[in-house]
Amino acid sequence: MDDTTEIVVEAEPLVVAEPVAAAVVERFAGSVAVDSLGQSVVHVPRDAWRDVVAYLRTEERFTQCSDVTAVDHLVDAERIVVDGVTPERFEVVANFLSHPRNRRIRLIAQVPADDPRIASITPEYPGAGFPEREVYDLLGIVFDGHPDLTRILMPDDWEGHPLRKDDVDARIPVTFKADPGPR
Amino acid sequence: MSTSTHDHDASTTETDRLLRQTSEGAQVLRRDTPAQPGAREIVLTGDSWPDDDETMIINMGPAHPSTHGVLRVMMELDGETVLRAKPVIGYLHTGMEKQAEQLTYVQGGTNVTRMDYLSPMSNELVFSLAVEQLLGIEVPERAVWARMYLVELQRMASHLLFQATNGMDIGALSMMIYGWREREEVLRLVESITGLRMNNNFIRVGGIAADLPDGWQQHTLDVLELVEHGVSQYETLLVENPIWQERTVGVGTITTDEALALGATGPILRSTGFPWDLRKAQPYLAYDDVEFDVCYGSNGDCYDRFLIRLYEILESVKIIRQCIERMPGGDYRVQDRKVTPPPRARIDESMEALIHHFKLFTEGFKVPVGETYSVVESPRGEIGCYIVSDGTPKPVRMHIRGPSFYNLQSMAAMVPGSFVADAVAIISSIDPILGEVDR
Repeated sequence: MDDTTEIVVEAEPLVVAEPVAAAVVERFAGSVAVDSLGQSVVHVPRDAWRDVVAYLRTEERFTQCSDVTAVDHLVDAERIVVDGVTPERFEVVANFLSHPRNRRIRLIAQVPADDPRIASITPEYPGAGFPEREVYDLLGIVFDGHPDLTRILMPDDWEGHPLRKDDVDARIPVTFKADPGPR
Repeated sequence: MSTSTHDHDASTTETDRLLRQTSEGAQVLRRDTPAQPGAREIVLTGDSWPDDDETMIINMGPAHPSTHGVLRVMMELDGETVLRAKPVIGYLHTGMEKQAEQLTYVQGGTNVTRMDYLSPMSNELVFSLAVEQLLGIEVPERAVWARMYLVELQRMASHLLFQATNGMDIGALSMMIYGWREREEVLRLVESITGLRMNNNFIRVGGIAADLPDGWQQHTLDVLELVEHGVSQYETLLVENPIWQERTVGVGTITTDEALALGATGPILRSTGFPWDLRKAQPYLAYDDVEFDVCYGSNGDCYDRFLIRLYEILESVKIIRQCIERMPGGDYRVQDRKVTPPPRARIDESMEALIHHFKLFTEGFKVPVGETYSVVESPRGEIGCYIVSDGTPKPVRMHIRGPSFYNLQSMAAMVPGSFVADAVAIISSIDPILGEVDR
């Protein structure tokens, strides 16, 4: 019975075959490039976040920021990221698309729980404005340099950040009656 | 489009080359459109900005009928002219991404299908592709083609509804009735296949939920005929219509650079003359096996976006016809019992099947540790799904990149300088689905 739902897959070998990823690693100390299921991913230090993004936009012709999001790793805090990267509670993840080169790249930065801040990339890609506000709203990560960092999905006076793993579900009492019990 | 090979001068940038590549076999909808009649250009900076007491801030929405749900737009007006517009969203936020963390991957489809409720299968598809990438499974040929067929059906339905609501917003009320009419026929077909008109949860991890029913080919051909007839009617009604052009040509223009910078994808990006379609540029499913054109415009205005969506219906018709002809036989889902539940009949006779069934629907299947971002061209643009798995049957994080969420930002670039009535046309031409914007 134990193996009924078990699917074992070998861990992906870490190869740096991607020229852009390699260029980023060479240029920015502390960044590590990995291959995640065929997708090019670079773990960059938090301090270099904005610089790497600016580099991608200006030098490597990444024309569009497809997506910015973040992950709360409270439940799997003991995870292994890659050699050379210290896992923190939050991960800010951004996907970029280069139309002229027709390729994608993903940047990931580790953000510690006691200082959840990172540089905003909205000055580089204005399209990151909404998603960064969403990350701030739902996960409480502050983007320094964002022109309008306000809540976007939750009400303005909301307390807490709902996508955090320690945000309590059903905090607001709902007017359902209690189960009357067996008759 | 010229595809000559001697064109290699030094000034040719890679973007140009790509444009030529992707536009091979594409159709330019309007090549020689006259300059926008009566286009208004307003550039306000510093001193020329009117005093605060001369401008007025009004809120349009969230209950305004032309905001397609619960979009609220704050507009600063100078007389009748909009100086600035800021979309305010969140009125339909239902915490679906949080919900996804409580649901197993088996249940996840039910959740994501409700995001973009006009093309639910795109959501299911992008979610399934992401989970399949993590699992490392390959779906059978028939499932691939059936998925493509279903997604194109919904692209048709979604664009037909756009024609209806766009007509309604601009005042062509007969268009509204026509659009709903044809869409209903498509939805009837979808219902006969999946059992539901919307929120189908039919594309699942490992394939599709059930095989295509008997006689689906003939039913589809009948519907396609109706749709083609409908589109030719809309063409007659609107494309050359001077009143329609008055309301849409030159309204809400946006340039390619602005669209790219603001993260806009889909018909909005294509309307600016940038023929970017993920189905062509980064083919998934079997899109590289079928013939179809990418529709793109040249002026980036409401009229172009209308035309693109109108003619994309016909491109979908093309693809669906090829799907009918070339639909392969065989399994419609992966025959891996760890992912796909056993057939109902097997449960009565096999203990193994019973256990598999029970485990799948209580605990779900475990997905290896990893993270992935999958993308699909939905009717509204690039829909992406970012999943992080920690090896349990529930994702650590499931994030959907809703195209409407990003497209809505481009409104700030389109609206300034136009009239309030044009703002309605512009919101309509963005075709935002608030369920997907707010999730």
